[in-house]
Amino acid sequence: MNLLESVRLAIEALLANKLRSALTMLGIVIGVGAVIALVSFGQGVEQYIARQFQSLGANLLFVFSSTPPGGGPGDVKALTMADASALANPLLAPSVLRVSPQYDVFAVVAAGRNDSTMNVSGVTPVYQDVRGWYPQYGRFIEETDILTSARVAVLGTSTATDLFGPGVDPVGQTIRINALPFRVIGLMEQRPGSGFADENDVVFVPISTAQTRLTRAPMRDGSYRVAFITIQAVSEGRMDAAADEISRILVERHGIQYRDQEDFTVLSQNDLLSVVGEITGLLTIFLAVIAGVSLLVGGIGIMNIMLVTVTERTREIGLRKAVGARYGDILLQFLIESVVLTVTGGLIGIGLGFLAATVGSALIPDLTLTVTAGAILLATTVSTMIGLFFGIYPASRAAALNPIDALRYE
Amino acid sequence: MFRGDGRQKVTEYEIPRDAQGRPAIIDIRDVTKIYQMGDIEVRALQGVTLQIFEGEFVAIMGPSGSGKSTLMNILGALDQPTSGKYYLAGKDVSQADDRQLAAIRNEMIGFVFQNFNLLKRTSALRQVELPLIYASKPGNRRERAKAALEAVGLGARLHHLPSELSGGQQQRVAIARALVTEPKMILADEPTGNLDTKSGTEVLRIFQQLNRERGMTTVFVTHDPFVARHTDRVIMLRDGRIIADRAVSQPLIAGEAERPSEMAELEDIFRETYDAPAEEFT
Repeated sequence: MNLLESVRLAIEALLANKLRSALTMLGIVIGVGAVIALVSFGQGVEQYIARQFQSLGANLLFVFSSTPPGGGPGDVKALTMADASALANPLLAPSVLRVSPQYDVFAVVAAGRNDSTMNVSGVTPVYQDVRGWYPQYGRFIEETDILTSARVAVLGTSTATDLFGPGVDPVGQTIRINALPFRVIGLMEQRPGSGFADENDVVFVPISTAQTRLTRAPMRDGSYRVAFITIQAVSEGRMDAAADEISRILVERHGIQYRDQEDFTVLSQNDLLSVVGEITGLLTIFLAVIAGVSLLVGGIGIMNIMLVTVTERTREIGLRKAVGARYGDILLQFLIESVVLTVTGGLIGIGLGFLAATVGSALIPDLTLTVTAGAILLATTVSTMIGLFFGIYPASRAAALNPIDALRYE
Repeated sequence: MFRGDGRQKVTEYEIPRDAQGRPAIIDIRDVTKIYQMGDIEVRALQGVTLQIFEGEFVAIMGPSGSGKSTLMNILGALDQPTSGKYYLAGKDVSQADDRQLAAIRNEMIGFVFQNFNLLKRTSALRQVELPLIYASKPGNRRERAKAALEAVGLGARLHHLPSELSGGQQQRVAIARALVTEPKMILADEPTGNLDTKSGTEVLRIFQQLNRERGMTTVFVTHDPFVARHTDRVIMLRDGRIIADRAVSQPLIAGEAERPSEMAELEDIFRETYDAPAEEFT
């Protein structure tokens, strides 16, 4: 008996019990559909986060204080404005292009009757070049604003809308930050992407203003502390060199003798990306495992129904054996039946998963959910394997039936 | 191997022939079958020796527990004897393994069952094609199945489902299925047991026709003395032994004889079989 014949036979047998076959298949349909949809969702999130990081700007390194592995919090010498200036010295750090120190304050921002408690970022003029993000109206913070600790602010579009209502040009208006009046001097460009945190919900002030007028920032060696420093390397190829230069300068400035006393961390964009990638990768795996459980349940359903089918068709099996079917013929017949069930279910499930991904992409514009060929291949392989794995036991039970008993079975 | 002639085992066995020179299809020698039911040994067959020759039409009779079913299973290559030899058309069945038994059933034996054993929702043509699916040389399956159905007078009902056929017609489909592989013999277990008188007669006529016109060796296993009287030879079994083996002097022709009353039937059977001197056959 050839394979094509067996497949035709299996399809006929399954069509004879349409409702039961459909219900049995449903487990696999849902399982495979869930695998496809959830994996594409996980990958979509991964890609989205990767894009977010890339949109931060090019060739970036982040420097922030951290507790050294060999000491406690008391051993940390915080990063300061003086550290930032040293990093910006082209003689000491030739691979560094721009240095953007930042000091964030949590403050009440108000205009008229509207107010909100939010993060106010103290930055320097170089911030806009590092991030590649510029004002659409007015101007950004300039060097004089830093020198005079000017009470000026640049708003993100969301903040502007929150404070002044949509479509109002805030430039020239006055806002109050922690009850101090600030003049709005610019409105930033709209940043795309608003999935997790809205980048446009932001207020920029001169870093010196944030350090002196909004809080009394702690000082070290006569220089104000900063929260972190963003550094742009000269080129992508010199990221590692820049990281080394930064470490060397800071080790010297902080008087560190051993590596395990380092009280700062230098992370590149790629480091961050890979950390986040690991997390989102775990998310994808987690989702796939959940979907896999439903596949397993579907497989058990297949086995259950195949066992029922074998019992119901005992006499048919007896007859087939009486007219010359061998062990292998019967085994193949029932195995192919369960594989046809799971593969058909798998194909429908792929279709459903595809549909879910398409609908998901349409509903969440920031996520592009694509069903990869790999996912389809995986789903098909897995559903075939499930058919084989859960089909082999019922099929071997059928094939091992004694024809005499089987023919007499009532 | 029973598939292909090249690998046939050379044995010293020589096929016995009867007075008319017909070769033995069935040749069993001192066959026993012992079942182990827990601690109890059931001796279903206690040494049966029997020859059935080509073209014979034989009925095997016997009460329940006589070993009739066991004998049929062994003759049908569904089961192996505990001891003794079974040669089917010259081939040693008692040495065959499961695969070989399947091939023997496929090529050399056609089964007809009391309850037809047709597949549900399957057309007559497909039913009859079934044994050819498992055959090593299926040939043109459709044509062969069609020819077999025509031979049992169902040429006009090729695409009917079992549910659309009468009992007699269903049994005729089953006969066609038994014929389609051109077997050495047909083994029929109570073939008229589930049929009314009219359909039973119709089925008996087909069997007689196949036997007379094609020389098809046919073995009936039956309870029914009236059915047995349509055959040429009756073998009576009791307690796992043959107690009578006789030619039927005046075989009935299907449709011509009325089924006798229960009483007359019983008298006939007593006279024809049970009164036979038992020593002659043990």
